[in-house]
Parts: sequence; structure tokens; C-alpha cells
Amino acid sequence: MRMAFIKTLIKLAQKDKRIYLLTGDVGFSVAEEFIEKFPERFFNCGLAEQNMVGIAAGLALSGKKPYVYTIVPFVILRCLEHIRNNIAYQNLDVKIVLTGAGFTYGHLGVTHYAIEDLGAMRSLPNFTILCPADPVETEKLTLKSYKTQNPTFMRLSKAGEKIIHNPDVKIEIGKPIVLNRGKDGVIISSGIFVRTGKEIVEKLKEKGYNFKLLSLPTLKPINEKALFKEIKEKKLIFSLEEHNLIGGLGSALSEILMKKNWKGKLKTIGIGDFYPRETGEADYLREKYIFQKEKLIKEILKSLKK
Amino acid sequence: MNYERISKEIRRKVIEIMYKSQTAHLSGCLSYVDVLVFLYFKILKIDPKKPFNENRDRFLLSKGHAVASLYAVLAKKGFFSGKILNSYCQNGGLPGHSTIGFVPGIEISTGSLGHGLSLGAGMALAGKRDKKKYRVFVLMSDGECEEGSTWEAGLFAAHHKLDNLVGVVDYNKLQAFGRIKNVLNLEPLAKKWKSFGWEVKEIDGHNFFQIEKAFSRIPFKKGKPSLVIAHTVKGKGVSFIEDRMEWHYKNLTKEQYELALKELE
Repeated sequence: MRMAFIKTLIKLAQKDKRIYLLTGDVGFSVAEEFIEKFPERFFNCGLAEQNMVGIAAGLALSGKKPYVYTIVPFVILRCLEHIRNNIAYQNLDVKIVLTGAGFTYGHLGVTHYAIEDLGAMRSLPNFTILCPADPVETEKLTLKSYKTQNPTFMRLSKAGEKIIHNPDVKIEIGKPIVLNRGKDGVIISSGIFVRTGKEIVEKLKEKGYNFKLLSLPTLKPINEKALFKEIKEKKLIFSLEEHNLIGGLGSALSEILMKKNWKGKLKTIGIGDFYPRETGEADYLREKYIFQKEKLIKEILKSLKK
Repeated sequence: MNYERISKEIRRKVIEIMYKSQTAHLSGCLSYVDVLVFLYFKILKIDPKKPFNENRDRFLLSKGHAVASLYAVLAKKGFFSGKILNSYCQNGGLPGHSTIGFVPGIEISTGSLGHGLSLGAGMALAGKRDKKKYRVFVLMSDGECEEGSTWEAGLFAAHHKLDNLVGVVDYNKLQAFGRIKNVLNLEPLAKKWKSFGWEVKEIDGHNFFQIEKAFSRIPFKKGKPSLVIAHTVKGKGVSFIEDRMEWHYKNLTKEQYELALKELE
């Protein structure tokens, strides 16, 4: 994902001199091409993330289009008030693109996990929040968000994510993407679990059930009409996310479905309200602390029989 | 130009609007008036008729709680009508912290301390990249030199040789709940900034001769950001407010209001 982002950004920066890239002492094996092509528009701000957020705001107030790139918690959690006062409140065109969604940095431990960031950011007015599922979504959302002047937080995993979409898939900020159609229920996800959702939907098909699969890469603002159109007829929805169940996709869906007076069963699947004790590979942690695919399939089948 | 006369007028105006609104932060508003007046009436290249001119000097009030003085100066300069000052801290009126979008001339929204210098450094950086001549002035409180982010910005500005950036510390020695030296000592403050790569001048922030001398040549040194440590008295100009912690919070009674105005005649 991060390469999809940086390659797209380089293309944009070739045409748009307002684009600046700021990092907090990260970018090894990612940012080099940008640095080589635009040395005047790259700043490694060092381990001083609060200042980096302020520098981005100052650049945006001076007509630039700054991109801040580092690891999720070091900006979102460490600098939340700086983001709030200087970017959200002043409604500045700053794009914050961060890696390490959920358990991506599995071995590095809780300090590196991004499991509360969406809850924090969803409560900031003016911000657009994007959680792409694969390099295709990353590229398209980088392009779409570039065209807006909105403060934007794009939450990436890291590298090696499987491509889910066809290159010509249509993606709009705010709207869900339909990956599979089916009448028996809906699986909806943002980020890395869209991939797993796809596998689950295929397994369910083998058992004779057809589930609709939605990727919702925008967590804010969600086009509620477009989303509800896709799910209103369904009575069973499973949401999958790599975040604390408080504040992310499941919360957003609950808010919308309650408001729309939807009658059905929504099962939100994410991380419980605790700090995982173990560290390990991301997929190990996902299985241990969020869900195991086979168990979830059984649970879905059980729900269908009820 | 008679800066002392203008300063007195601004202080009177600040006292008037803060008496009307019965809101806090009076003493921190009074301490930096002289520096503010000199910057606006002598140093800053600004045109009240073109407040968004790309080439304007920028003045950022990082200690946003002291915005009443800035409003008074902006009105006096003609950025907006003096009548608007009457809405200071009234419901729906001018906010009690520096806030964009209410009157022209306010460059950034502040209120939480330790943010302004980073924004100023970002603007100065953009100016350098665009080869513009504008300068960015950031007025900070002494208290906010306790914020780590201020020093992050200090490192950044020196590292990138932002000699179009001028920091001013309103060093009145009092913070919200105690004397700086007792709460979290900043000394030796000038040495700290120097060691961070800034060119530093220390002045009596109420002495126009010294203020003029300090700001007469910017940058102080080519290739370095400039810093003025203005030694000031919190509450300057009104004897019973000067150097007393409680006036960070207190509101004037009618008698105090009249007495304060008399002292500033």
C-alpha cells in the first residue's frame, strides 16, 4: 500500500509544485524516489512529530499541499491536539498518510499498534478518514483525496497486501464498493479484512449461501444514502475491522443503522477494549485477538439457521 | 511617531473591552503591548486594505489568550472598525483567543500553548521556497517555552536556517499559577535559545529605544532565526495589576476600572 501511495504521490508532485512531503524520520526504502526527484519539497522533520504537524499547517496556510507520512500512533495519538487545533479546526488542506493500521507492526508491540486512532479521528470535525484495503484502493483514494481541499487521514497497512480490485474499479470517497452480490447477508469491512471477507464469502458460497461483500474505505464522511441502499434489505450484517470496537467501522455502522431504523442483526467484529499482551506476526495477532476465519464462518452459518 | 501614546491608548482600550466583558487574561494582554505596537506601527510590512496579500509580513499570536491587545492594535491600524471591539467576548462576538475568520489580520487560531512557533516555521519555510521576502513574527509567552513542541520548532527553524522567522518571548516571569522560576524554571533562557541555533537579543520590553534597536535589522544574523527575549512586567501600566498572579484571572470592578484608566491618562 505504501508504495502505491508514494508512486501516486510522485506522479502528482511532478505536476503540482504545491505538494510537500514531511516525514517523522521514517521513509527508508519508500521515500527515496520522491526525495531524489523533489529534494526541495521533502523534509525529514526528525523525531518531532508535534512540530511536523505544525509545519504542515504553516505550509498549508501558505498555499502548499503538504503530506505528512509516518506511523499511525506517533502522529494520531501523540499529536492529537496539534491535529485538532492546527489542521481540523482551521480546516487546512493537509493530508496525513500513515502506516501501521491495526496490528501491522505485530512484533513491535502495542506502542506501534494503531487500534484507537479511528475513534480519536472520527470525532474531529472536517476530517476525511480513508482506510484502503489494497494497493488499488490506495492509489485511487490518493488521487481522489488530492482533488479535495479537505484535511484527510489515510490509514495504510504497510506492504505486501494482496490486490483485491480490478484496476478499473470505481471508487468514490464516502461510498461503499460492492465486491460480491448476495441475498443472505452482508459482510462489510474497511482495510485489510476486505481480503478476509472475500475468502469468507467464497467459503459461504460453497455452503450454499450468497453474501454481499462491501468494502467501505471511507470512514468519514460516509455517504449514508449510498451505503444504506446496499444493506437496507438485508437482515444480517457482519462488520470486520482491525481497530478497537469502540470508535471505528462497527461504531459508525451502528450509528447509521440506528438512525435509519434498520431492523436486523449487526455483529461487529474487531478488537476488544484491552491492550493485547502478546506480540507476534500481524496475522497471528489478528487471529488471536480479532477472529479466526473458520470460527467466524461457523458463527455466520449458525446465525443463518436461527 | 509617538509609540508611548499609542501604547497607552491600546492599554486603555484593552481595559475597556475587558472590563465590559468581565473576562480573564488582562495582565498577559498588558505585558506585550509595547512590543506589539512597535511591530505594527514600525516594523511589519502590512496593508490593512490587503490583509491577505501574499507578500505581507505575518504576525502570529501564539499566546492566543492575550488577543484583546492584538484586536485593539488591528482596529487602530484600520483592519476593521473599532466598533467591533465592543463585541469582545460577548456572545457570538470576537473570541477570547486568536481565532481565524472573525476579523482580518488574525493569521492563525491559537489558544493551546506551544503551537504558534511550528506554524510560523512552516510559513517561513514556504516563504523561503517561494523566494518571497516576507517575514514571520511569532509572539510567545514565557510559559509556553515550557512546552516541548516549542523546542521542536526551535530545532527545526535553526536547522532549516529560517532567518525570515522572528520569535518574541514575552518574558513577564509569571505564569498562570505561579512564578516561572518556581513552577518550571526556564533560566538560562537566552542561552537555551542560543544553543538551539537562534540569534538572541534581550531587551526591556517596555523601552521603545531598546525595542527599536532590537528590531532595526532582521535577521539578526544571516542564516539564523532571530529571537527577542522581551523582559516585561505582567499587567504593565496599571500599578495594582502589575506583577500580580491573580490578574491572570481577575476582572476589574467599576472602581478598579476607573482607577486603571486614570493611571493610563
